Amino acid sequence: MFSRKWIAAATLGALLLAGQAMAQDKKVIAVSIPAADHGWTAGIVYHAQAAAKEINAAFPNVEVVVKTSPSAAEQVSALEDLSASRKLDALVILPYSSEELTQPVKAIKDMGTFITVVDRGLTDASVQDLYLAGDNIAVGTNTAKFMIDKLGGKGDVVVLRGIPTVIDDERIKGFQDTIKGTDLKVLDIQYAHWNSDEAFKLMQDYLAKYPHIDAVWANDDDMLLGVLEAVKQSGRTDIKLALGGNGMKDIVKKVIDGDAMTPVETPYPPSMIKTAIYMTVANLIGQAPVRGTVKLDAPLITQANAKEYYFPDSPF
Amino acid sequence: MAVMSESASRRRPLDLNISWTDIGPFLALAALLVVGYLINPDFLSATNLANVITRSAFIAIIAVGATFVISSGGLDLSVGSMAAFITGITIMFMNAVAPHAGIWAIPAGMAVAILVGLVCGLANGLIVTVGRIEPFIATLGTMGIFRALITYLTDGGTIPIDRSLREAYRPVYFGTVGGIPVPILISIAVAAVASFILYKMKYGRKCAAVGANEDVARYSGISVIRTRTVAYIVQGVCVAIAAICYVPRLGAATPTTGQLWELQVITAVVIGGTALRGGKGHVWGTVAGAVILELIANLMVLSDFVSEYLVAAVQGVIIIIAMLIQRFSNSK
Repeated sequence: MFSRKWIAAATLGALLLAGQAMAQDKKVIAVSIPAADHGWTAGIVYHAQAAAKEINAAFPNVEVVVKTSPSAAEQVSALEDLSASRKLDALVILPYSSEELTQPVKAIKDMGTFITVVDRGLTDASVQDLYLAGDNIAVGTNTAKFMIDKLGGKGDVVVLRGIPTVIDDERIKGFQDTIKGTDLKVLDIQYAHWNSDEAFKLMQDYLAKYPHIDAVWANDDDMLLGVLEAVKQSGRTDIKLALGGNGMKDIVKKVIDGDAMTPVETPYPPSMIKTAIYMTVANLIGQAPVRGTVKLDAPLITQANAKEYYFPDSPF
Repeated sequence: MAVMSESASRRRPLDLNISWTDIGPFLALAALLVVGYLINPDFLSATNLANVITRSAFIAIIAVGATFVISSGGLDLSVGSMAAFITGITIMFMNAVAPHAGIWAIPAGMAVAILVGLVCGLANGLIVTVGRIEPFIATLGTMGIFRALITYLTDGGTIPIDRSLREAYRPVYFGTVGGIPVPILISIAVAAVASFILYKMKYGRKCAAVGANEDVARYSGISVIRTRTVAYIVQGVCVAIAAICYVPRLGAATPTTGQLWELQVITAVVIGGTALRGGKGHVWGTVAGAVILELIANLMVLSDFVSEYLVAAVQGVIIIIAMLIQRFSNSK
């Protein structure tokens, strides 16, 4: 009796030790992203947390830690905190700004951490083991192609652009380069700062200024919401198309429902953070080679494939 | 002191000076309308003017409240964030009550909005007066707090209003009474009540006295703390009224709702003729100031000769010129 108890205790002890040894073998993946301060970053936070939950459940020997930061300076501090207490096997980061984060990320790489960078690339590309981003030029190009096709190559278009940044410039450039040589005419193009209220006002002004508009392009869905409200208020029937971009759930829902004015959508999906986290895990666990640059295309979301881009539980 | 009384007595005979401050903003407004018409005749179309004045209503209503705060020698930077916060709370409340109360959720939500505005304003007021913290810093703090709260409530995304309430609530922004959009009527009503309080009631004189000279006001038996706190409460209620008009426009609250409204509000008050350092408040001037700001933005889009990159610069120049015209017409 007595000895059997001892054996049981010893076995249990051995198991516990083994468990601890296994815990030490756990691969740690830190995810550093901006805090949710508008729709798109809210989507980033949602999808990063979803990926962390799924991976932690699927791979007991992987731990994904998600950390959000409200500014570039705080993201630098967060990196220091994350790497101070333990060795990171991988870091997945969506940097606030390329310039400020390059050195701090390099410091972590020097400790032997695998670096995955999402959306905004670092100024020193050699720091990135994996770089994953969407294609902003394609967002403009694919929207323009659809408009040309739908309007039969001619028509009057007004454009609402976002905040003066590279992202905005690329989208506009993709659009303008594509309509060059067609009879699609951009009547006006103004900044509305990716803000629904400003877009509402701007669209009211466009409607007052131009008696005939065939199509509107707001290069972000927050703005499209304001545009649609202004068009609805005006009661005008000349506007055939009002397109957005980014893949907000409300707009994707319109596509699913077969809305006449917004029949398609171009994605610059915040779920790309999930792609990056999964690829990083694939490298750490499955030894799948992932080093390099991945550029997600911005294929048109139509009624046929919209379900793939629809996340009803996401805040975006 | 001697210099001041001298200049005051020198000005006394020319009573016209005072009315210049009063009509200055309206002259600027008229000038802007003429310039606008010359640039693009569509500018004066009924639809365009109705649109522009309607959307200036939020800033106008909040700025009427700010006229109280600034007149009493205070400042409130938190109004934009507060508007977003109240919008969020109101929509959440309406959505929660809608399944039980149906359409009655809307008036109930409006009452909640006013209540929240009152409490927010009271908090600002007490921090400034009882806490004796500079208004700039105190309201900078609450500005951050309200902004963070709305971001938290929305998870960084949006809180849309329940579909069942959407159509019923829409007329509060998009509806008209006798051909005049509802938000314009609401802002006129708010301004009328405010000018009655400020010019016909004892509180109005106390407000200006505290703003003009705190010490003199205290020696003459005015409670500076109570006067200023009440001004912040009025501000809170005005923000709530603006939020009530705002909800039906886009039917959602987001973390970017009301961003930078505080600067537009302060600009409207100053264009309207109220001095930033306190003293007599000009309610109707403030309303004109809010309309002027929105008209300038509208004109930028309707005119073709300003590059999209330079819009903000031209707006800044126009505001400064408008202020200079006022200043020189005052000193004549």
